[in-house]
Amino acid sequence: MQTKDELITTLKKIVKPYVQDEQAFEHVTEQTDFINDLKINSANLVDIALDVEEEFDIVIDNEAMEQMLTVGSSMDVINKKLAEKA
Amino acid sequence: MRNRVVITGLGVAAPNAVGVPSFLDAIRAGQSGIAFQPDLAELKFSCQIGGIPPVTEAIKQQYFSELQLRQLNSSGIVYGVIAGMEAWQNAGLPIATNEPDWDSGIVFGTGMLGVDKFRESIYKVDEGQVRRLGSTVVIQTMTSGVSAFLGGMIGCGNQLSANSSACATGTEALLLGYERIANGQAKRVLAGSCSDHGPYIWGGFDAMRVMPYQFNNDPERASRPLSATASGFVPGSGAGALVLESLESALERKATIYAEVLGGHQNSGGQRGGGSMTAPNAQAVKRCIQQAIQQAGIQPDEIDLIDGHLTATIKDSAEVTAWCEALGRRGADFPYINSLKSMVGHCLSAAGSIECVAAVLELHHGFIYPSINSEDLHPEISALIAPDRIPQQVITQNSTVLAKANFGFGDVNACVILKTFYP
Repeated sequence: MQTKDELITTLKKIVKPYVQDEQAFEHVTEQTDFINDLKINSANLVDIALDVEEEFDIVIDNEAMEQMLTVGSSMDVINKKLAEKA
Repeated sequence: MRNRVVITGLGVAAPNAVGVPSFLDAIRAGQSGIAFQPDLAELKFSCQIGGIPPVTEAIKQQYFSELQLRQLNSSGIVYGVIAGMEAWQNAGLPIATNEPDWDSGIVFGTGMLGVDKFRESIYKVDEGQVRRLGSTVVIQTMTSGVSAFLGGMIGCGNQLSANSSACATGTEALLLGYERIANGQAKRVLAGSCSDHGPYIWGGFDAMRVMPYQFNNDPERASRPLSATASGFVPGSGAGALVLESLESALERKATIYAEVLGGHQNSGGQRGGGSMTAPNAQAVKRCIQQAIQQAGIQPDEIDLIDGHLTATIKDSAEVTAWCEALGRRGADFPYINSLKSMVGHCLSAAGSIECVAAVLELHHGFIYPSINSEDLHPEISALIAPDRIPQQVITQNSTVLAKANFGFGDVNACVILKTFYP
């Protein structure tokens, strides 16, 4: 299990290619919103979910994917799915 | 009162060169871009050669962002964006900031787009993995994909569209853009077309036995328009793009004017009178050329140079016959005629626009590129026109009026008349 900081670091690595606002990316917190803060194209949220699935070897269903709008909510989804898997 | 329309920007990704400066050198030198393609041999194609633009990773990174390159598997989009952006930059036009450029549009045609991407998706869908396709399948396979990519990169606010008329697509795109500007609906149109490369695009033609199988060991000699030993068209790929602009707009911003579009025409032979799905109605071809000349307001004897469709099939002599009849000229009185396909093969839906770029370069730089591999002229052709009308070497000479035509499956024709610009 990754620590909170490790998880944020991993998530940042996944999200980086889709970020359109580099400045906001430098100051990512759990509250950072993918679309509003990082200016990620909403179509790319799907790609982020797929990349997360691959990284953590989990399956993110549609309902969970809809919640993955911020760094914090994505961390919750990942932790929940990892716990289910364990 | 119709607006005069001129060409102020050029871009190209062709099998023998990527980028206008190297393409200019290549076509002057009669340089072939046809090569052996190991994947076609592996897949047991009869014709194992083809033309693929030499696009390097560095060129891709010059035109696409890192994000755009992720999962990018559509060669038509790669070629279309390279040619389109080069043309826009070549014209010295700006990229829109916040407000779209309402006066600039795009018509970028294709036959089929992103076939490799589509294949990748089909496999995933059939494995029940539709949810793992990601977000890039639609934008890389929709027919208007190139227009959409370019529209966003440039910030165009006028019409964005994609036309399709088989091998006449590129010339048709130019004519659609020309009409829109002539009618005052846009000031600038980026007109072009592209074609993917590879076995899934070319396979259908190999199955029709219309591509040559005798030159797998000698690819550069394979594409032989006008030749007695022409034995089918060599498949090619790539993209060409031209910035069309109202004369007023071009003069206002002191743009380099490469040529003027005098007019053109598109028609179909209706698959009647000898025409079919795959063969042209000769009457329609002749009519298309004559109508183009009429719209351009010129006389047939003003044409100095014909940039033919001339694919290197048995239809080449029929095409030359149609030109002779349409212009009422033959023998030594016939204009010069050449075929870019001798160097790049038949780039299918990209053919018209790549060949239009070559035609404009001929007018602007005062040369006539050689129609290579035609040293053994077809006897039916040498019976119609004097052999010296077909340049074997580059000719350095100014031409004033050039006729360019392309014909396609579905019995469709397109002809455009270009002229060196005189204010």
